[in-house]
Formats: sequence, structure tokens, C-alpha cells
Amino acid sequence: MWRIIHQFGSPPWVYRFCDKVIPWLMPITIVALLVGSVWGLLFAPTDYKQGDSYRIIYIHVPAAVVALAGYYVMALAGLVSLVWRVKLADTAMRAAAPIGAAYTAIALITGAIWGKPTWGAWWVWDARITSMLILFFLYVGVIALFEAYENKSAAARACAVLTLVGTVNIPIIYKSVDWWYSLHQPASIKFTGESAIDPSMLYPLLLMIGAFYCLFAVTVLLNMRAELAWNHRDASWLKQLVQGT
Amino acid sequence: MTEARDIDILHFCRSQTLRHLMLMVRSPSEVINPLLFFLLVIVLFPLGLGPDPEQLSLLAPGILWVVALLSNLMICMRLFVDDLEDGSLEQLAMARVPLSIAVLPQLLASWLASGLLLSLVSPIFGLMLGLPLEVAPVLVASLLMGTAIMLLLGAVGAALTVGVQRGGILLALLILPLYVPILIAGTRALNEALQGGDPTVALALLGAGVTGGLLLAPLAIAAGVRVSLEL
Repeated sequence: MWRIIHQFGSPPWVYRFCDKVIPWLMPITIVALLVGSVWGLLFAPTDYKQGDSYRIIYIHVPAAVVALAGYYVMALAGLVSLVWRVKLADTAMRAAAPIGAAYTAIALITGAIWGKPTWGAWWVWDARITSMLILFFLYVGVIALFEAYENKSAAARACAVLTLVGTVNIPIIYKSVDWWYSLHQPASIKFTGESAIDPSMLYPLLLMIGAFYCLFAVTVLLNMRAELAWNHRDASWLKQLVQGT
Repeated sequence: MTEARDIDILHFCRSQTLRHLMLMVRSPSEVINPLLFFLLVIVLFPLGLGPDPEQLSLLAPGILWVVALLSNLMICMRLFVDDLEDGSLEQLAMARVPLSIAVLPQLLASWLASGLLLSLVSPIFGLMLGLPLEVAPVLVASLLMGTAIMLLLGAVGAALTVGVQRGGILLALLILPLYVPILIAGTRALNEALQGGDPTVALALLGAGVTGGLLLAPLAIAAGVRVSLEL
């Protein structure tokens, strides 16, 4: 048990772990993304109310789901970094922040594109959209705070505190749909009970959500590897690994 | 031996609060400037929106709350700066009292000089914006609790950014997103009161925010101060 924790704190081990996992995860991600988007965009039935414009759901919903989950990943890494001072958690948090922000931006932009034909407006001040916007600012705040510190280990601790404070906001994002009911439809995927979306539309959506999770994992690992390589650019183990000796 | 060394926490908090209040009395501009800012920005709105009283009273809850939020941000920007510069923040961190408790007296003093004062004079500003006098109790109550939560949250951001160059703008970026629920609950309470509804739900939410904030925020503030002092 202790050896595993010790290994997770060791940069060479993590670097090699990234090297080993990425070649597996990358093809899975690409296949899942391709299958999911072709299935969703071409073969899933047309919605009787929204026509084909609903198909952006296959990008919008997975991006939004992963954007939220990404904040949890960051907060968890922050907690590990604060409590056990594991250096790797700092790197993971640092690597996840810009990617999570990008997912949030994708969810917001696709939401705006979807909103135009459906609601007749690019932007509607609805609770869930606003919460996503706040989530975006929370991500940007973490990135900005990290950049502001000269001392990077202090920066990581500051960001850890900030993400943990920010998680207070996450339940509010989820609850906001119930609190301020408005134009946005209530969540339509339910794992318990009957879901409001037809299975023929649901399965490609679930596949796309899975694919986006994989994409998140791959990009975070790539980012972490790059971060590790930069932080240890003078280390001998890195030179050995890169030169393949 | 230990008894003589033990510090009475209540005594410590009282003397710290008095110290911070004394500092504010000696430089009254730090207390008065946020209030003047509040008044000035409120004056800007009728100038920008037009003097129609009905339209103004419709917008008044939002205006009052947004401006209260901004003036609170100004107070948070100054919160730990002087104490970091003259070293008293370091002394505070080394005191035998837990840091999460030791930072509270300063917050109490700041709140007395900003939140409490602003809430008490807010009905005057409300009248200027055409709010009826009947909603004044709700306005005061919501601002009393709202400013307390904002100060607690703002202090977390202030503790994290106090050691950073040009931390002020960064503080706004970090903290304003977290103020959103307070803004929503506060304006909701006022709007309910204006439309003859029941403002107690929103007020209760604000009260819950104060309680939760008092429990959790000091821990985060203490962690932030330690990061800034690089302890």
C-alpha cells in the first residue's frame, strides 16, 4: 500500500506510467469519438420537435458533464496535495485546469449555437447556463492564481484551497435547475427510473460521454507528462527515458 | 506553568478586535471611502438609466446589491495588506491561538466598520432609488447577512492573494463568481418583499450561508494566510 503511494509521488514512475497508458487510451478515445459522432450525427433518429438541430446534444452534453466532473477531479487532486503534500497531485491539478476550462467553453459555445434555433436567442440568462459560466470563471480563476505566484509549490497549495472553496459552488450548479426553473429543460437522463430520452438517441449519447471522459483523461495525462518533462528538464532519468537507453 | 502560558482565547479576540477598530478610528478614510464609493456608484445609475422613479424602483434591488458587492470587494482588497507589510500577520500565525480563530477578530472589526454601517444606512440609498420604506427591514436584514458572507468569502481570496503582485484584480476574478449565490438570494429577498411575497425563504438561505461560512471559511482563510506567508 505504502509503496503504491510512494510510487505515485515519484516523477519517473509517473512519467513512465503516462508513457504506458497513453498509447492504449488514445486509440480507444479516437475510436469511441468516431463511432459516437457518426452514430449520433447520422444514424440516430431525427427529433420530431427540434428536427436535426438537436444533434448538437452529442457534443454539448458530454462537454458539460465532463466540465463538471473535471472540477471534481481538480478538487480531489487539490485535497490530496494539501493533506499529503503529494507533488504529483499538484501536477494533476495544474494539468486539469486549462482542459476543464476548455470543456466548459465548448459546452457554453455549443449551448449558444443550439439555443439560437431552439429558443430564438444566442444567450438566455437561465440558471444552468449561468452556472456553467460561473464554472468557467472558477476554472479561469484557478489558472490565473497559479500564474500569479512565483513560487510554484505555494501556487499549487493556493490553488488547492481555492478549488476546495469552489466545490461549494458545484452543488449549487446541480441544484440550480430545481431552484430557479426556467427556459432550460430539466435534466433528461436518469439512471434510475424511465429516462425522458429515447434509447435510440440515448446510447450514442452515453457513448459520446464515455468518449469525452477518455479524451479528458488522455489530454490530462499528456499535459501532465509535458509538465513533468518541463519541471525535470535537467534530470538524468528524463534524458535516459527520452533517449531510450 | 502551563496555566500561565495558556492564552484566554476570548481575551485574545477582544483585544485583537479592539486593536483593529482602533486602527480604523485612526485612519477613518478606510471606513468612509467604501461608503462614499457606494453612494457615488448609486448616483451613477439614475444618471445612466434616466430619472423615471418607477423604472428605478424596479431596478433598485439589483443596483443596491451589485454596488454593495463591489464596495465589499474594495474592503477585501485591503484586508491583510497592512498586516503582512508590518509583520503582524506573521505574529498572528505564530500565536498560540489557532490561526483560523485568530483571523476572526479582524473580520469582525471590518464587518462592524463596513457591512454593519452600510446595512444601517442602506434604507437612505434605497429611498433615493425609489424603494418604499416598508421594505427597509428586509433590505437591512439581507444586507447584514449578505455582507457577512461576502466578507468571509472575500477574506479567503484576500488571504490567498495578499502576497501576490497586483493581487487586487486577481482577487476580483477569484471571488466574484463565488458571490453569485449571495447576490441571487439577496435580490430575491428584496423582490419578494417588493411584490408582497414572503422574503423569509431567501433570508433563511442567507442565514444558512452565514452559519456555513463562519464554520468553513476560517479554515480556508487560515490555509490561505499560511500559503501567503510560505509557512
